[in-house]
Parts: sequence; C-alpha cells; structure tokens
Amino acid sequence: MNKSILKTNTSRRNFLGGTAATVALTAGVGTPWIAQAASNVKIGLIHPATGWAAYPAAQLRYGAQMAIADINAAGGIKSMGGAQLEALLGDSQTKPEIGAAEVEKMNEAGVHAIQGCYQSAVGLAASAAAAKYNIPFSVDVGVSDKLVQRGLPNVFRMADGYGRIARDAATNLGEINRLAGSPAKTVIIVHEESEFGTGTAKLMTAALKEHSIEVIDTIKHANPTRNFDNVALRIKSAKPDIVMPINYPGEYVLLAKTLRQQRVDFMASYSVLGGGFNFKFVDDLPQIAENMIDVNHWYNPSSASGQAMRAKTEADGNYFTFEVYCAYMSVMFLADGFERAGSTDKEAVNAALAGSTIDVDFMPYGKTEMVNGQNMGSRAVAIQAQKGDVQIIAPSEYASAKAVFPRT
Amino acid sequence: MISASLSMLPAAIINGFMYGAIYALVALGLTLIYGVLHIINFAHGAMLMLALYAAFFLFDLFNIDPYFSILIVTPCAFIFGYLIYRYGIGSLAKGKDQNILLITLGLSIIIENGALFFFSGDQQTVNLTYGFEAFDLGFMYLSYPKVISFFAALLMCAILWAAMSLTDLGRAIRAVAKERQGARLVGINVEHIFAVTFGIGIACLGAAGCMMLPIFYVDPYTGNIFVLVAFTIVVLGGMGSVVGALVGGFIIGITESVGGLLLGESLGQIGISLIFILILIFRPTGLFGSKV
Repeated sequence: MNKSILKTNTSRRNFLGGTAATVALTAGVGTPWIAQAASNVKIGLIHPATGWAAYPAAQLRYGAQMAIADINAAGGIKSMGGAQLEALLGDSQTKPEIGAAEVEKMNEAGVHAIQGCYQSAVGLAASAAAAKYNIPFSVDVGVSDKLVQRGLPNVFRMADGYGRIARDAATNLGEINRLAGSPAKTVIIVHEESEFGTGTAKLMTAALKEHSIEVIDTIKHANPTRNFDNVALRIKSAKPDIVMPINYPGEYVLLAKTLRQQRVDFMASYSVLGGGFNFKFVDDLPQIAENMIDVNHWYNPSSASGQAMRAKTEADGNYFTFEVYCAYMSVMFLADGFERAGSTDKEAVNAALAGSTIDVDFMPYGKTEMVNGQNMGSRAVAIQAQKGDVQIIAPSEYASAKAVFPRT
Repeated sequence: MISASLSMLPAAIINGFMYGAIYALVALGLTLIYGVLHIINFAHGAMLMLALYAAFFLFDLFNIDPYFSILIVTPCAFIFGYLIYRYGIGSLAKGKDQNILLITLGLSIIIENGALFFFSGDQQTVNLTYGFEAFDLGFMYLSYPKVISFFAALLMCAILWAAMSLTDLGRAIRAVAKERQGARLVGINVEHIFAVTFGIGIACLGAAGCMMLPIFYVDPYTGNIFVLVAFTIVVLGGMGSVVGALVGGFIIGITESVGGLLLGESLGQIGISLIFILILIFRPTGLFGSKV
C-alpha cells in the first residue's frame, strides 16, 4: 500500500525538485552549524553518570559545567576570537572499557580535550585511549599516580595523587599528634579493594613509620560491603589509637555508623581521601561526624573566589564537595591551555598545558608547576568536622581552626 | 590473629543471623515471584530501592518512623505490584519467558534511571533517635534496628507461611504454580492469582525496604547490592519455599559473616558463591524444594 503511494507520487520532476530543495536546505541550515562547530572548543566530560558513583559524577559535571559557563560568559577563549567552550557528556558507567569507548565516540565527534574520570581505573583506560589520538586529557579526580607516570604526553593532573597525599597525610597526622603530646602510636587502616584503596593504604603504611606511628592491621573490604560489624569488632579487639578509612562514600558512611553502634573507642578517625566525608555527611549524621578528620582535596576558604563558588553551588541546591572545585579547576586548566596555544591543535595545546603556570586561588595550592603532567604545586589538606561545619586543621598556613585531637 | 578471629566467632555468628534475616526479607518476595510464578524478576532490586525511597521520603517529609511506614508502604507496594503485573508484565509478555525477561529488565532500567533523575545519585540515610541504641551482650552490641528487623523477618515469614498453607488464597496460588490449566478448570482466575502473587512479592519488598532503611542507606542502585544474594537464597532454600527463604537467609548471612572474619572481608564473599555451586550440584531443588 505504502509502496504504491510512493511510486505514484515520486515522479522524475518531483525527485529533482525535492533533491534541489534538500541541497538548498542543507546549505542554508548546515553552513551556520558547521561554522559554529568549528568555532567551539569541545571538552569531553567522562564520568560515571550511572552506577554507584552517580552522585560524585553529577557533582563533577556540575563543577565542570559551571566553569564552562563562567569562561564563556567572560568572553570564551580570547586568543581564538572568543571561541566558546562546549561540553560533550560521556558516561563511563564505572567501567574502564566503557570509559575508553566514550573516548572513541568523542574523538569521532571532534572533541578537542577530555577530562575525567573519578575512578583511577577508568581514568587509566580512558587516558590511554585518548593518547592514541594525542587528545589533551585532564584528570579532574583520580588519585592513582600511574595516571601521570606512564610517559603519556597528553595526560595532566592539577590535583594531587595518592603518593603526595599519603606523604602529606602522614606529615599532618605526625604534627597533630606531636602538638597533642604524641598520644597516638597505632593505626588500623580499613580500605576498599581497588587501586585507590590498596595503593593509598600501602603508601600510608610506609609514610606513617617515619612519624613513629605503627600500622597494626590493614583490613581490605569489597565494593560494596553490606556489613561492617566484623570489621568493627576486629578494630575493637585490636584497640588502635587511630582508625584510618580509605574508601568510597557508601562504605565510608556505613563503617562510621557501625563503629558508633559497636561503641568502638579510639582517639580519632583519620581518613585519607575519605569518599563520604563532606558537608552532607556532617549535616546528615552530625553526632557521628563530629571531630572526624579527613585528608582530601579541599577549597581555600579564605579566598574570595572560593567563597563565591561555594555560595553559588549552595544557592543552586548542591553541596560544595571536592568534586565541584576539582572539576572547575580542570576546565580552567584546559581553557588556559587553549588560550595560550591560540588554537585547538593538539600538539600546541599539550605543549601549553605542559608549561602551565595557571593561578587557582580558590584552592590551597602553591604556584602551578607541571612536571611530567603532574602539578607539583597542589596539596591536600587535613579537615575536621567541628560543630556542624568543616574546618581546615593542617597545614598551618591554611588552618581555619585548631585540631580537636584526641577527639572529645 | 587466628585466635583473635576465633574469639570473635560467636559475635560473627550472631551478626550473620541478623543480616541473614534482612536477606531473607528480600528473598521472600523473590521466592514467591521466582518460585511460584517462575518469573525471573530483573526489576526486583529496583523495586526494593523504590521501597527504600518510599520509607525515606515518608521519614524526611512527614517524619514517619520507617517501622510505622511499613503500614503505608506495604499495601502501596502490593497495589503497585498487582497493577504492574496485571497491566504490564502479564498483558505484554503473552506467556513467553523471553518477553518477561525483557519487560522486567526494561522496568529495572526505567525505575533506576527514573530514580536517578528525580532523586539524584546521592546516598540518603535516616538519622533516628534510637538508631545507635543497642543491647549490650558483653562481647558485642546489637543495635535496636537490627534486632527489630530480625524479629520482623521471623514474623513476616510466619504470616506468609500461614497465608500460603492455611488460606484459600494460598491454596489457589499453589494450585496455579503446580498446574495452571487444572486450576483454571476448577474455576480459579489464574491471571488474578498471578497478579496477586506478584503483588504479595512486591509487598514483601515494601516491608523489607522499611526495615532496611534504619540500617543501610538508599541510592538508585542500592537494590542491586542485595538482589544477587536474594537469588542465591531462593535457590538454596528451594523455589517457592517461605521457610527455605528464611533458613537460606540465615545460612548465607552466617557464611558471609564467618567467611569475612576468617578469610577477610574481601575474600569472605567467596563462601556465598561456593554454596551456590554446591547446591546446584548436590541438591538442585534446594533445601526445602520439591521435585517437579
């Protein structure tokens, strides 16, 4: 039936007319689109938008898109005639192979730079895929040092990796302990089983020795873990001075709740890159969070831009978690690379990023200095929940409050 | 190290019983749907997540205690399950197993992504005044929510067992499960019974969600954490067996807890897989299942 209608209505004249109209429409509508696409700088955002890490991924997207909007509002990439930044969104689904596939799709779509991916394992796969095309790749969150130690010239990271975070975490703990009269001598580490937890735990064990603090047990757990009672009882039996969680948000909160339920007594919970330690945790479970310490990426609360970003984030109904400003910083870093390269040429942009000296005053960082893709000016800080807020307690130059240690 | 672990063995076993009861709650719904209707409900985890969210919002918006919200969530879950089967799965599947698989898989995708869209991926917990109160057993503390969930699971199993064994509805469900055409010939409305059974299965999830919220957290993917364990329990206990679900829940809970204590929390999960393989080899009908 349909076939006969088509046959009847499609004469040679109609066909030629239709083709001409299609060509005219394509020329009329398509040209501006191509012109616009050429002038835009496309930044791919690859995060686990679905799956157990959907919340941090949403926070990362929010921070990146806030930065893109701010940069565009300020005139875009000026050296490229005010080219606007455009986000291409990708979902890694928490899987390394999907993260790498997203890079391929974005390359087909003409992406100029990529940032991601929250999980180190996904970041490793995605950045390796980006390296095939020399696409500039900025790690917004991802702590494995392998990300920037593979000699890939297109991979950069502004925030710290776990090597330097572990060193700083041990130094800060040593200092906090010394100021309190050195009451803490033993630690139990509870870490998740992937690259992030295992690698950080290994580094912390070595780093704490230098501060005369002994790791008496290391407990590894699966993702997800439904039940932390045995872990709590094991910690209770070993009586450590400090409990050191290194895990993702769900397990971080569940462990903290279980330690409280089992009445485990210790001087401090001192987590390293504790996935669940943020303003939301402090709001939701204040009686547990009070005086818990975490060493993590954090903003500089004394900077005007940091305060403004926090105010905007909260006005938008979001919590000001580290993902927001790490993603914002990563977009700023990439935009600065395009600005100084003056084009989207991959070689030129990678060279510009490798020599970046961008100033990020909303982070408690020193001067930006890129060495083999890693910013040597970055640093993590020790933060503590105090009276319903989060304060920086170390290092001293950024401290907004004194440490409560041992906890009250 | 080993002696320290052995000294904690009683605590680990009790802990296993507590969590086993929670797993049994999730498995109860599954054993009815999977065991009686022979429907592999891929949306089971997503529906559990919805129940957790229902309990969470009742607490967050109206300050209704999760245990009281059982009275609201359970009947709502029954109606939801009934309607989903009657006007969704039942009518669209046209009796074909592959259609049922695809429909429930599609449902799980819609529910999970709907939750992600409307509720965000943020993990939500409730902070109850009694959430950290506990019974002191000397060698461990048993929190009130875990104890309540334990006894509630026993009660639910007893009610469900009585309903399946002693009521006309239970007999009708069992008749439909064993011989569909025969049941139809004696006047049983098979489609209605299927929908009711599915509704009861989802109602069990509703109650389970309310009891789990004070212990756990909820995000759009929480349900998946429990659903594989629940499938293992159903196979272990025997498809369609209420008692099997409870006993299977306890066995899995204790295996996980003791395995975690002796082998480490990461490797301890291996016990669950081992039991699953052993039961398939030596008793494929499950502990309380009967041969078809």
